[in-house]
Amino acid sequence: MRIRVNGDVRDVAARTLAALLEELEYGDQLVATALNRDFVRAKDRVETPLSENDSVEIVAPKQGG
Amino acid sequence: MEDALTLYDVKVDSRLLLGTARYPSPAILAQAIRAAKTRIVTVSLRREAGGSRAGQSFWALIRESGARVLPNTAGCRTVKEAVTTAHMAREVFGTDWIKLEVIGDEDTLQPDVFGLVEAARILVGEGFCVFPYMTEDLVVAEKLLEAGCRVLMPWAAPIGSGRGVNNVFGLRALRAHFPRTPLIVDAGLGAPSHAAAVMELGYDAVLLNTAVSRAGDPVAMARAFALGVDAGRAAFLAQPMTPRDFARPSTPVIGRAFDEGAA
Repeated sequence: MRIRVNGDVRDVAARTLAALLEELEYGDQLVATALNRDFVRAKDRVETPLSENDSVEIVAPKQGG
Repeated sequence: MEDALTLYDVKVDSRLLLGTARYPSPAILAQAIRAAKTRIVTVSLRREAGGSRAGQSFWALIRESGARVLPNTAGCRTVKEAVTTAHMAREVFGTDWIKLEVIGDEDTLQPDVFGLVEAARILVGEGFCVFPYMTEDLVVAEKLLEAGCRVLMPWAAPIGSGRGVNNVFGLRALRAHFPRTPLIVDAGLGAPSHAAAVMELGYDAVLLNTAVSRAGDPVAMARAFALGVDAGRAAFLAQPMTPRDFARPSTPVIGRAFDEGAA
């Protein structure tokens, strides 16, 4: 399935957001996620299905002003 | 705690909020946080690849500092982006506090105040404590307070410009109109004298980043800003004299030697 992850187009096997994080080796990284610009809580990732052309954002703590 | 600042019912014993971006190294950032004696630091969220530990190690450094975090929505250009970013920040950083930025112009990084008010209303309704980055516009301030904001953060000048206060009249008017609302000058300060100047106007705190992080010696500059903020606050409390157009002798005139006109 072809989706967009943090702006890059990728072919992935994952069918859920949780599976995507596993496939992309996020492991225990502290991240937050959004699907098609809507926030998805960590506890909801397992039950959040992915579809062709979805856009996923995966963000982590960063320096900021 | 003497002369403490209260933000959303939280007492804070520092009036200097510090940004964490663009320091030469994480170690210098940690030292600058200590030197500034800040109790609140701003943080952000950015895309991260799988396997990276950058975010994790930055977050560990901030937690070790003991400072409270104020996550931002920096770079967001729409209400939707800002609201979604705020939701993500709340989950990652475990706080309802959010520094709300909705950017309207790329050259000046001026806030889109219409989007700002709309996003603030949504986020306050969802339980966020919103710190809106705004211009010094009185009507925008009124709308933000109506939306439920209990702190306002007007700019002094464009982000990262280091120009100091562009519109002292506007900042003074804002202070006069909202005497009981915590007002924090956010953005545009370049030197400790700028920070002292806004504190002398009666502003409750300042938020800085670039002026410290891009200084030749960020740690020493953090210390200098802390002194500037303290000096400005102390001066405000001491009630500065009213400026005059003409001179008034400080030394008593009566009794001056050679004063032939005296009786």
